[in-house]
Amino acid sequence: MNILDKIESENLKTAVSNFKPGDTLKVFQKIKEGDKERIQVFEGVVIAKKGSGIRSAFTVRKNSYGVGVEKTFLINSPLIDKIEVLYYGKVRRTKLYYLRKKFGKESKIERLELVNNQ
Amino acid sequence: MIKALIGKKIGMTQVFNQEGTVIPVTVIEAGPCAVVSKKTTQTDGYNAVQLGFGEAKSFRLKKPVLGQFSKNNLSPSKILKEFRTSGEDELKIGDLIDVSVFNDVKAVSVTGVSKGKGYQGVVKRWGFHGGRDTHGSMFHRVPGSIGQSSYPSKVFKGLKMPGHMGSAKCSSQNLKVIKIDAAQNLLYVKGAIPGSNNSIVFVYGGDSSGRKLNK
Repeated sequence: MNILDKIESENLKTAVSNFKPGDTLKVFQKIKEGDKERIQVFEGVVIAKKGSGIRSAFTVRKNSYGVGVEKTFLINSPLIDKIEVLYYGKVRRTKLYYLRKKFGKESKIERLELVNNQ
Repeated sequence: MIKALIGKKIGMTQVFNQEGTVIPVTVIEAGPCAVVSKKTTQTDGYNAVQLGFGEAKSFRLKKPVLGQFSKNNLSPSKILKEFRTSGEDELKIGDLIDVSVFNDVKAVSVTGVSKGKGYQGVVKRWGFHGGRDTHGSMFHRVPGSIGQSSYPSKVFKGLKMPGHMGSAKCSSQNLKVIKIDAAQNLLYVKGAIPGSNNSIVFVYGGDSSGRKLNK
């Protein structure tokens, strides 16, 4: 195993829940304000997963009071406390950028039943 | 103690710091380097230590070089490089220097040989803007005039012209030390360093202004 792969695999998070584009997630993000730290939850649909290994990231989109909001997170960032999968989605592509042009009912994704969520 | 080492560029990756921001780092396998010989003002006119890095097979070395190692019962090394010292250090021949010499150093400079780019024109080599591509422009990526007829009536020395680019000695200065892994002799510095992966680099510890401590 080459040294870089080893370094990167050591810094990977081990317990990351398995999710795909189209799934609805809750991302618990740590936010530091001065000395205080709090957790902010961002809930939405995964519209893209990018990169591999330590560089992997995903984008979550939600509709906040009629305004589309997207946030991109790094999976292995220490700022992400945990990721909770709420529903699996039924989609036919891996990049759901078409959702940006859809509104209301059209922007909904068919949900599959979620089996086990702690 | 001398704060300089010979190393090998492993490659680039990224690490997270405590605030959660991503830092681009280059990983260097630095040392361990043995002191192969010492130069002093009395005998050589200057103070320096010669460090060796990497294992070499003895049959690949010339006999005079091999003699330098066998004289002091050292195993032969591939790369030899002198580093200037103040002359007050107590290093002896055979001493091993490892990456922990950079423990109290905040920044390092890294010198290596840049990647070769081959024979390049002035646009890539010197950043000339070139001319317009369309609308009848007949001036695209050429250097243009290099000297006029009556004055200066010659081409100035050092004029920027096409030629071989890269494969030259190159330094990246004042790179922040992000992490030191003494067990595996790895040094993580912020940002890029010259050369391709697996190329030999010289790492110099720097003071607060980034100036090299041992040249």
